[in-house]
Amino acid sequence: MRLKKIQILFYSLILNFCLVLNANAQSENECFEKVSRGVFKFNQGFDNIILEPVAKAYNKLPEPIRNGTGNFTSNIATLLSIPNHLLQGEMRLAGHATGSFLINSTIGILGLGNPAAAIGLENQKEDLGQTLGSYGVGGGCYFVLPILGPTTLRDSFGMIIDNNYLDAFARVTWHEREIKSMSGNKLDYVGVKAATAVDFRGDNMVNFESLEKNSIDLYAATKSLYLQDRSKKIQNSSNSDDDSWGELDK
Amino acid sequence: MKKKLFFLISIFFFCLVSLKAVTYNSEPKIFVQELVDDAVKTLSDKSLTVEEKNEFIKKIAIENVDIEALGLYTLGKIRKDLDENKISEYQVLFEKYFLKSLTSRLTDYSSQKFEVINSEQKSSNYTIVNSKIAESIKSPEIKIDWRVFTKNPQKPLIRDLVVEGLSLARTQKEEFASILNSNDNDVNALIEKLKEFISN
Repeated sequence: MRLKKIQILFYSLILNFCLVLNANAQSENECFEKVSRGVFKFNQGFDNIILEPVAKAYNKLPEPIRNGTGNFTSNIATLLSIPNHLLQGEMRLAGHATGSFLINSTIGILGLGNPAAAIGLENQKEDLGQTLGSYGVGGGCYFVLPILGPTTLRDSFGMIIDNNYLDAFARVTWHEREIKSMSGNKLDYVGVKAATAVDFRGDNMVNFESLEKNSIDLYAATKSLYLQDRSKKIQNSSNSDDDSWGELDK
Repeated sequence: MKKKLFFLISIFFFCLVSLKAVTYNSEPKIFVQELVDDAVKTLSDKSLTVEEKNEFIKKIAIENVDIEALGLYTLGKIRKDLDENKISEYQVLFEKYFLKSLTSRLTDYSSQKFEVINSEQKSSNYTIVNSKIAESIKSPEIKIDWRVFTKNPQKPLIRDLVVEGLSLARTQKEEFASILNSNDNDVNALIEKLKEFISN
């Protein structure tokens, strides 16, 4: 009980920190750029030695296996999207996500197939970082985590809460809690997250190569793409309006 | 002698034809569709060498992309503090950088169905053309928005491509800003980086 109180206090402090930083800073501000650049280099090394070769091998697998993997990890991610749709008041999308999870987990054989998409159910991914963003909480400063990659204060805070409270899959596996006689362990969690990363890396092989080849500051390009992507996901829109174009025409 | 003359005339006409500006419709929606169709046709032409394809891409980019404005945009607010000579030096390098990176991006092009869906006039200067690349075995559907500069309605120019909500111009601008920030906003540091990229 006491531990829970300390946890809640800790999370409130982080959230407060995010809100204060949001009031004072733009999300493109860095928390500690030098450290982040170092971590980014480490992540690049990890990508070159492990992730990229694995993703290249993965891309050689037959298409049904790759599709099945993508569907399976995407279906599990739906468990996190459902509570976040609800927190955002998006009842229609919460209904779609729930329907999608139920149909894909049963008719779609544990999520390997995606029959829900065929009947028009949307499965938009959401997390607490996006939920907070939709309530106007800014990103706070930007930094890079080892292995996990780019993030902001808001998104990393969201990730901790998602993992501890909102994500049913994380609760069953990483936290080894039993829900309705379902149980798992940390290895299941790491396995699914690793498969998600490999699937994403494999899907974006050409994009990563092109970005690496054409960037004169890869760290900055990655940061820009991450922040734009988060902003797009929070707004649920693909519009990119930049007023500074107008200055050129004056 | 006659043979020589015939040869020279042929060369002259060949140059004339290949240098002829490729002109597209001035209506932004049709302009984008025609431009992409033309590029797709050339890039998927197996009789052409990589160099010929690159030359074609460079040519249509020079004619249809507002590289000068893109260069100024990516330079950010610092452009207001620079003299004309410095800006000219930067612009020359930026164009080379832009064309090199563009051709490099398109080398691995694989033919996919491209379709213009809609267009929205944002102001007298801008129209956003929405398009998509159809889903294929290799990749899911990709949405691309084109920011078309229409100040001269007879000659629309592309200023930005927004791929799945990610603006290429903005990414470039923020990349350059990072280099400038870590070098006390000294444009020479950026110029050196561009030179390095071009020469590699």
